[in-house]
Amino acid sequence: MSTLPAQPETVAAEKLYDCRDAYSQALEAMAAADPRVCAIVSDSVSSTKLKPFSQKFPERFVNVGIAEQNMVGVGAGLANSGMVPYVCAASCFITARAMEQVKVDLGYAKGNVRLCGMSSGMAYGELGPTHHSIEDVAWTRIIPNLAVVVPADPIETAAVMHYSLNHQGPMFLRISRMPVRAVHTEDFQFTLGKANTLRLGNDITLMANGVMVSRALDAAESLALLGIHARVVNMSSMSPIDAEAVLDAARTTRGIVTAEEALASGGLGGAVAEILAVHHPARMRILGVPGVFAPTGSAEFLLEHFGLTALGIHSAALELLGER
Amino acid sequence: MANSTTPASNLPIGEQAVRLKQMANEIRFSAMTMTNHAGLGHTGGDLSSSDILATLYFGGILQIDPAEPTRPERDRFIMSKGHCSGAFYSTLSFKGFFPRTQLSTYMDPLSLLNGHPDRNKLPGVEANTGPLGHGLPIAVGCALAARMRGQGWRTFVLTGDGELNEGSNWEAAMTAQQYALDNLVVIVDRNRLQQGDFTEKIIRMDPMASKWIAFGFAVEEVDGHDHAALLEVFSRLPLKSGKPTCIVANTIKGKGVSFAENKPAWHHGVPTREQLALAAAELGVEISQ
Repeated sequence: MSTLPAQPETVAAEKLYDCRDAYSQALEAMAAADPRVCAIVSDSVSSTKLKPFSQKFPERFVNVGIAEQNMVGVGAGLANSGMVPYVCAASCFITARAMEQVKVDLGYAKGNVRLCGMSSGMAYGELGPTHHSIEDVAWTRIIPNLAVVVPADPIETAAVMHYSLNHQGPMFLRISRMPVRAVHTEDFQFTLGKANTLRLGNDITLMANGVMVSRALDAAESLALLGIHARVVNMSSMSPIDAEAVLDAARTTRGIVTAEEALASGGLGGAVAEILAVHHPARMRILGVPGVFAPTGSAEFLLEHFGLTALGIHSAALELLGER
Repeated sequence: MANSTTPASNLPIGEQAVRLKQMANEIRFSAMTMTNHAGLGHTGGDLSSSDILATLYFGGILQIDPAEPTRPERDRFIMSKGHCSGAFYSTLSFKGFFPRTQLSTYMDPLSLLNGHPDRNKLPGVEANTGPLGHGLPIAVGCALAARMRGQGWRTFVLTGDGELNEGSNWEAAMTAQQYALDNLVVIVDRNRLQQGDFTEKIIRMDPMASKWIAFGFAVEEVDGHDHAALLEVFSRLPLKSGKPTCIVANTIKGKGVSFAENKPAWHHGVPTREQLALAAAELGVEISQ
C-alpha cells in the first residue's frame, strides 16, 4: 500500500479570521494610547466583542441599552465635546434604525463619530432579512461627509481602525463576522479613498469589497487557468471612492465585474456604474443580492444561493468577455 | 440691553428680572422681525421660549464666552427645538456670537442663518437641530464627555413639549438616569401647542412632570415667563445630586403678543408689517430704522 505524499504547504487549510477580533483589539490598543477613545454599545457587548474593552476602560464605555437612535446622538455629543467615540452595534440596526441621526448628527453636522456596523451583509443568515444588512452600503455612501469603508480582512480592519483615530469627520466601518482569510500582508497601509490592486491583469477587472475580495482572488486564479488575466481590485473605500482606479480599469481592461455582499443596487456596483456612465462607459456585471429580501439560511448558503462565490464571479467574467 | 460681559448675577434678583424681561422682549421682537422678513418661521415657539433663553444667556447661568465660543470647558446649550431659530439666533447675536446685521439675512439664499441652526455655520450653535428628538441624545453625550474628561461644565437642552412625542428623547432620558448625569439639565418649553393643535388633543403629554420623575429625573415646574422664578431654580442646579435635572417650564405659545397667544395658527404664523408694529407696542420695544 503506497503512502500518500505529504500535503504541500500551499494547499494547507487556510487560516480564517473573524474581523471583529481585529477591530476590538485595535480599539483596545487605541484606547490605551489615547484618552479620547471611547466606545458606545446598545446592549451589544458580546456581539461587538467589547467585553475586554468594557473591563479595561469602564469609565470610557457606555451602554445605552437597546436604543440605536439615542446611541448615535450620544456619540455625536461625545464627539462634539472632544472625545473620539466608536459607536458599535449590529449593522442592520445602527444604520436603518438610526438613519436620521446618521444623516443629521453625523453627516450634516460633521460629528466626529465612528460607526462600527458589525455582522453586516448576510452574516446573520439564519435570522432572516430583519437581521441582514444588505442595504447599509447603499444608504450610507450617499450621505455627504460620511466616509464609508468595507474592509476585506483582519489586516485591513486593523489598519482602518488605526487610520480612523485621527480622521476628521464621521465614518461608517462595515465589519463582517463571516470568516475570511487574510488577503493583505502585514505591511499594508490603508488610505481612505484609495483602491488597492491585489492582482495585476489586463483582460478583465474584478472589483470587490469585504468578504467578496478573497472570492474575487480565487476567481482570478481559476480564470488564469483559462489564460485570462484578471485584475483584482479591493474597493474597500466606498466613500470617497477611487474613481481613477475605476476609470483605469475601464480604459485598460475589457470590462468590470463587481461583487459585493449587499444589494446589487446602490452599492459598489452602483457606485462604479455612476462613474463609468458619465466618464467612460464600459461593460459591467454587477453581482450582489438582486433586489429581493434574502431567504433564510447560513451565510455560506446565501452566498452560494446568489452566486456570490468564486465560481459566480468566474462565470460572470467569462460571460462578459464572451459578449463581443 | 444687558451688557454681555457684565455678570448679571451681581444685581439683586428683582432688578435682574426687570432687565431680563426687557431682553426677552427684544428677542421676541427680533424673532418676529426675522420671520416677517423671511415670510417663514415658527413665531409662536420663538415667543414661548424667549424668557428661558434670555435667562440662560443673560442671567449669568450659562458659562460661555462669545469671544471664545469653542472653549473646551464652556457650558453647552443645545436648542433641541431648532425650529425656533428666530429666538435662538437673536439670543446668540445679542450675546455677541455674531453681528446683529446678520439677523436680517434670516433664511435668505446662502445665508448662514438657515431655517434650522447649523453648528458649522454659526458660532454658539452646538448641534444641528430641527428634526425633533435629536437634542437630548446629543446633550447626554456631552454630559458623558464632561464626566469622562473630569470637567465640571454643564449641559443644558431646551426641548419642546410636542417634540417629546419622539421616542428618542425617552431613550436618552433612560441613559441620563442610568449614568446619573447630574450635570445635565433638560428644560421643557411646555407651551401646550404643537404644529397641528393643542398637545393634549394630538398626543396627551400630561402629567409631564411625573413622566420625568418616572424616568429618574429630579423635576421642578416653573412659570417659564417668570424671570425671577427661572433664575431661582437655575441657581439650585443640580436639583438633586446624582440625578439629571428636568425643569418643566410652563409657557404660553405666542407669549407677549396678544394676537398670537395660545393660537394654533401661530405655530408657523408670520406677522405682517402692521402686526409687527402692534407687537412692538405690546412688547415695549422701539422699532429701529
